[in-house]
Amino acid sequence: MNRYTRSTLLIEVALIIAAVIFMIPMVVLISVALRDPNASTELLGFTWPLKFENIATAWTESAMGASIINSLVITSVSVALVIVIASMAAYTITRRTQRWSRGVFYLFLIGFLFPGQLAMIPLYIMFSQLGLVGNPITVILISVGGHMPFTIFLYSAFLRDLPRDYEEAASLDGARPLRSFWSVVFPLVRPVTGTVGILTALGVWNDFLNPLLYLTGGGSRTAPLSVYTFVGEYSANWPLVFSALITSVIPILVAYVLMQRFILRGFASGLKG
Amino acid sequence: MTATLDPGATATVPPAAPQRRAPRAKPVAGVRAPMWFVIPAVLLYALVVLVPNVQGIAFSFTDWDGFTSSPSFVGLENYKSVFADDNALRAITNTFILTVVVAIGQNLVGLLLALGLNTQVKSKYILRLVFFLPVVLTPIVTGYLWKYLLTPNGTLNQLLGAMGLEGLQQDWLGNPDLVLYSICATIIWQGAGYSMVIYLAGLQAVPAEMLEAAALDGAGAVRRTWSVTMPLINGAIVVNLLLCVLGNLKQFDTVFAMTGGGPAGASETMATIVYKTAFLYLQYPNALAQGVLLTIVVGVLGFAQYRMTTRKALT
Repeated sequence: MNRYTRSTLLIEVALIIAAVIFMIPMVVLISVALRDPNASTELLGFTWPLKFENIATAWTESAMGASIINSLVITSVSVALVIVIASMAAYTITRRTQRWSRGVFYLFLIGFLFPGQLAMIPLYIMFSQLGLVGNPITVILISVGGHMPFTIFLYSAFLRDLPRDYEEAASLDGARPLRSFWSVVFPLVRPVTGTVGILTALGVWNDFLNPLLYLTGGGSRTAPLSVYTFVGEYSANWPLVFSALITSVIPILVAYVLMQRFILRGFASGLKG
Repeated sequence: MTATLDPGATATVPPAAPQRRAPRAKPVAGVRAPMWFVIPAVLLYALVVLVPNVQGIAFSFTDWDGFTSSPSFVGLENYKSVFADDNALRAITNTFILTVVVAIGQNLVGLLLALGLNTQVKSKYILRLVFFLPVVLTPIVTGYLWKYLLTPNGTLNQLLGAMGLEGLQQDWLGNPDLVLYSICATIIWQGAGYSMVIYLAGLQAVPAEMLEAAALDGAGAVRRTWSVTMPLINGAIVVNLLLCVLGNLKQFDTVFAMTGGGPAGASETMATIVYKTAFLYLQYPNALAQGVLLTIVVGVLGFAQYRMTTRKALT
């Protein structure tokens, strides 16, 4: 069963065919992006010469550079806050033995059951009364709060099986709770932090609805929102639209190529719970 | 390649068994986790999740328009108008169809890919990356990409034409009977790699000796997969179904990018009508009632599946 047999070869061929079919949309994405806008749209493949200037035009016209920076800022601030806030909360929830800590844990679990569409309207009214519509802070707050249930769930599951010996040793050495958490416990939960970081980063970066509600028309559009706006303006011009699509996902693709192992592991492990 | 998935995967999150148990351990002298550690999380979570959801439920029984300070109680009026609205009813049906089709399709494709990659194939590492790539793409980017593939002059119809299959050419997004399934295909393409990765992690736990023993007893490949492997990856199946169902009941981005709910409401989902009712038609009370219905659906199905997950993942 561990040898490369003829049926293994058949499976390999079938999988490669499936992979080629899977990649057709990506090939189309690139070929259309590099196509002469005036060329006939009936053509199936690449048209020569490739029009790399489409990418440059889309980049300038959609102000994608600024949007990518906005997305990077919103994503990294959200990820940092999610990790710090959730790991601390999960630590106390799992280490305290009183009834309230169990209650708090279940309070967070309830969050899994709210789809977000219901809260959308009261939240929007609240943030507009606070004058925060258009401010990226809103998207960060909503992302961080919304990621609490899943993240606290993951951290708690891990912390519950983590021996307390290290914290006790630190505390015997005179470390105060905050110190012993940051210097002893936090480094030990690094596997979860990696998973949380990857899942939160992709979730926040790819989020569309919250930026659509809070950042439309403002100066701090995210990359997906800029794609949406650009498509609204250039809907008939597929080469430019596809160039904008490509520029908007460049950071994700770079991250995917650089961190493929961690990303796949993060998805597989984070969801086992 | 198994090394990339397995050790981290199993070490990161312990099996589901202890997770449902509330924290209970012997109190230890010397270590006291400070209570204020939970305060930032609770405050933020209350601000953007708990309070607005409770407000939403409460206001769904009133004529609150977002501005009046004293909305009056109207009972179930808002719910009645949701159920009197054909568009809303169609959105509810569509959401269920979409969720079921995607849950079945995505799991079938993901499982087949995982079973294929869990053999001795030489290209498994690169193939895994290829199948997973769509998962990281922004959903609205995927939506626009597939919108182009499926337009009447798009890639799919051109490919069909090139293969001499003109008879199969369709207006994939313009035909009200087809549009929902075209969207399902897009979502399955994007999500299959996700299911695949979870199945691969589950398959690592299937002992090779058991499969060999079954083979010695004369079980063929299909029989081995069905009778030995499948029961052992039950946990992965349920987790995958849970993710698919919860994710797609609130499906918004892909639909919004591909059709915006059209043509004529044929691909509207619950999430898109809540958005439109609230922010295009500015009918907050109706949108809240729709939101409550969506929450009930997600809550009931999510809770039922969660119970199943934790029970089955134990084995």
